[in-house]
Amino acid sequence: MAVMTYAEAACEALAEAMRADPTVWAVGEDLGRGGVFQQYKGLREEFGPDRISDAPISEAAIMGAAFGAALVGTRPVVEMRFADFALCATDELVNQIAKARFMFGGQSRAPMVIRKPMGMWRSSAAQHSQSLESWYTHIPGLVVCCPSTPQDNYSMMKAAIACDDPVVFLEHKDMWAVEGDVDRSEAYSFGKARLRATGDDLTIVSWSKTCVEAEAAAATLAGNGISAEVLDLRSLWPWDKAGVLASAQRTGRILIAHESVQVGGFGAEVAATIAERSDARVRRLGAPRSLIAYAPNLEDQLRVTADKIAAAAKEMVGV
Amino acid sequence: MAAGNYDIARGTALLTMMERIRAFEEQACLAGERDGLVLGAIHLSIGQEAIAAGICGALRADDLLISTHRGHGHTLAKGADPTAMMMELLGRAGGCCGGKGGSMHIADFGAGMLGANGVVSANIHIGAGAAHGLKLLGDDRIVVDIFGDGAMNRGPFLEGLNWAGVFALPVLFVCEDNVYSATTRTEDMTAGPGPVARAEALGLRTTAVDGNDVEAVAEAAAEIAGRIRASRQPEFLHAKTYRQHGHTYFDPAKYRPEGEAARQRAEDDPITRQRDVLKAAGIAAAEMDTIKSAAEAEMVAALTTAAAAPWPASATVFDDVQDIGSPAVEAF
Repeated sequence: MAVMTYAEAACEALAEAMRADPTVWAVGEDLGRGGVFQQYKGLREEFGPDRISDAPISEAAIMGAAFGAALVGTRPVVEMRFADFALCATDELVNQIAKARFMFGGQSRAPMVIRKPMGMWRSSAAQHSQSLESWYTHIPGLVVCCPSTPQDNYSMMKAAIACDDPVVFLEHKDMWAVEGDVDRSEAYSFGKARLRATGDDLTIVSWSKTCVEAEAAAATLAGNGISAEVLDLRSLWPWDKAGVLASAQRTGRILIAHESVQVGGFGAEVAATIAERSDARVRRLGAPRSLIAYAPNLEDQLRVTADKIAAAAKEMVGV
Repeated sequence: MAAGNYDIARGTALLTMMERIRAFEEQACLAGERDGLVLGAIHLSIGQEAIAAGICGALRADDLLISTHRGHGHTLAKGADPTAMMMELLGRAGGCCGGKGGSMHIADFGAGMLGANGVVSANIHIGAGAAHGLKLLGDDRIVVDIFGDGAMNRGPFLEGLNWAGVFALPVLFVCEDNVYSATTRTEDMTAGPGPVARAEALGLRTTAVDGNDVEAVAEAAAEIAGRIRASRQPEFLHAKTYRQHGHTYFDPAKYRPEGEAARQRAEDDPITRQRDVLKAAGIAAAEMDTIKSAAEAEMVAALTTAAAAPWPASATVFDDVQDIGSPAVEAF
C-alpha cells in the first residue's frame, strides 16, 4: 500500500506496464516534459523519447498514427491533452479505431488507451471543461472508463493497457492532486462498480468526480436520517447493470448524478434500464443543457454539487 | 527503352497483373449490374491499374500497404486471393473480411494489405502510424500509403506527411491522381500548384511519374522503395492517371467533358500502352491475348465460386466488435 495522487497512480501504472512490455509506448503533446498535468512525470527520463513521444499539435494525427502503430503490433497510450481537443480526432476514433476489427472481419486489433482529461475545474470556460463520456458509450467497439480515485486510476489504467480493445480513458482533471491509498495488487474488472457507501433508503449512482459529491451528499443525508448507498460505476461501457439493479431492488430508489449535461447523458441510459427492469423509482441529476462559463458565479450554476444531490435525494425519499 | 536491356519477364508480369485487376473489376461490375449480387457501392480503378501493378511489384511480400475506397487493384496486386475478395464484394462467408466490410473495407492482413478505407484521406496518418510502429519495433519493412488526389484537401494530408517527416518514418506516400474528387474536378477545388508542391513544402523527397506507364511506375517504385528501406525516410510519389469510369460503378459520369473518357481509353489506357511496349519488345499479340483470357477466366471462376458461397453465419453478427463489453454478451 502506498499513498499516491491520482496523477501519480496512473503514471506508476504506465511505468510498470512499460517495464513489463516493450511494445507499450505513449504519444502526445508535451509528454517529454511530463505532460501538461505532469501525469507522465519522470517517464521520459526512464524510457526515452521514442516511447514517451512528443507530438505535433495534431490530435487527428496522434490518434490516427497511434492506431496505425497498433495495427502492426504496438500498444499505444494516446494522450489527447483535453477531452475537448479529442474532438479533432473524432473520425480516427469513431470511424477507424472503433470499427477496424469488425470491418476487417477480425484481422486486426487496436489495443490502445486513449486518455482524455475531462471535466470542470475552475474558469476554463466552454472548450476546456466538457464531460462527453456519454458520446463514447454510444460507439460500439469502445470501452469507456471514468476513474474517480487514485486506486482506480492505477488499477484501471493497468487493465486498460492490458486490454486488446480500444479504451477511452477519461480522467477528471480536477482530481490530479487528490491523494489516496493505492494497493498495487488490487486488480480491476471492467464493468464492476465500486460500493463507496452503503445505505437502505436510496442508491446514488455516479462516476468520475461526481462520486466525491455523492459521498458528501450521503454524509449530509445521514445527518437527516436518510441512509444513502453510493455506487461508483467506474466504467460506463460495460457498466454494472447487475450491481445497480441489485441495489435498486434493495433500496427502491435510484438517483443518478453526473457532471455532464443531463439531456442525452449516460444517466438517461441508467435510468431507462432501471425503469425497464425493476420497480424502483428513478431520477437523474445532470448539468443544465447549457455552456460552461468562465466567471465563477456563472460556472457554479452548471455544477452538480453535493447540496443538489442531497436535495434531490430528500425529494425522492419524501423528507 | 532499349530492346536489348528490356526485362521481358517483368514487363509481362506487369501486364498480367493489370489484366487481372481489370478482369476482376469487370466481373465485379457484372456481378452488380447483370446479377444484382454486389449490394453496395463499388469504386472502380479501371484505367488506373498501372499504379497498383507497378508499385506492388516493387515491394517485398511482407511490406505493408494501406489503401482507399478505390482499392481492389492495390489489394489484388499486394497478393490477396481474388476469390476471397469477390466473396467479400458479395458479402459472403469466406470473404476476406467475413462479409463484414464489403468493397470499401477490403483488407488482407496476411498479404500485408492493411485495409481500404471508406473515408477519404483517413489512411494517410494511419499509414504513417504503421511505419511509426515498424520503427519502434525495429522492423525493416516499409509501408506504402496510396490515396487519391481528393485526399490532398483534407487535414490528414498535412498532418500525416508532417508526422512522417518529423519522426523519420519508412513510408512511401503515393498520390494516385485520377483527376476527379468524387464527381468534381480536383483542380477546381485545389488552391496552389498541387500535391507535389505541398509534399515538398513539408520536406519530403518527391517524384512525379506518368501513372499510366506501368514500366515507369515500376522503375520509380523500385528505386524509391530501395531508398526508403535504406534511409528510413518518407518519400512522396505523384502518379497521374485517369478514372475511366464514374465515382461508383453506377455513376454515368455525365459531368465529364464530352469525349474525355473515350479519348483517354483510346489514347492513354495503361494496358494498351503496355501491350505496345511488349509488342515492340517482340512479344506476339497472341501471347498477350492469352494473358488476358487467362485473367478473365480466373475472375469468372472467382465470381462463380463467390456467387455459390453462403451468407455469413448469422451468429457472426456480434463477433469481432470488442472483447470487453461485447454485444455477444450484452448488446443493450
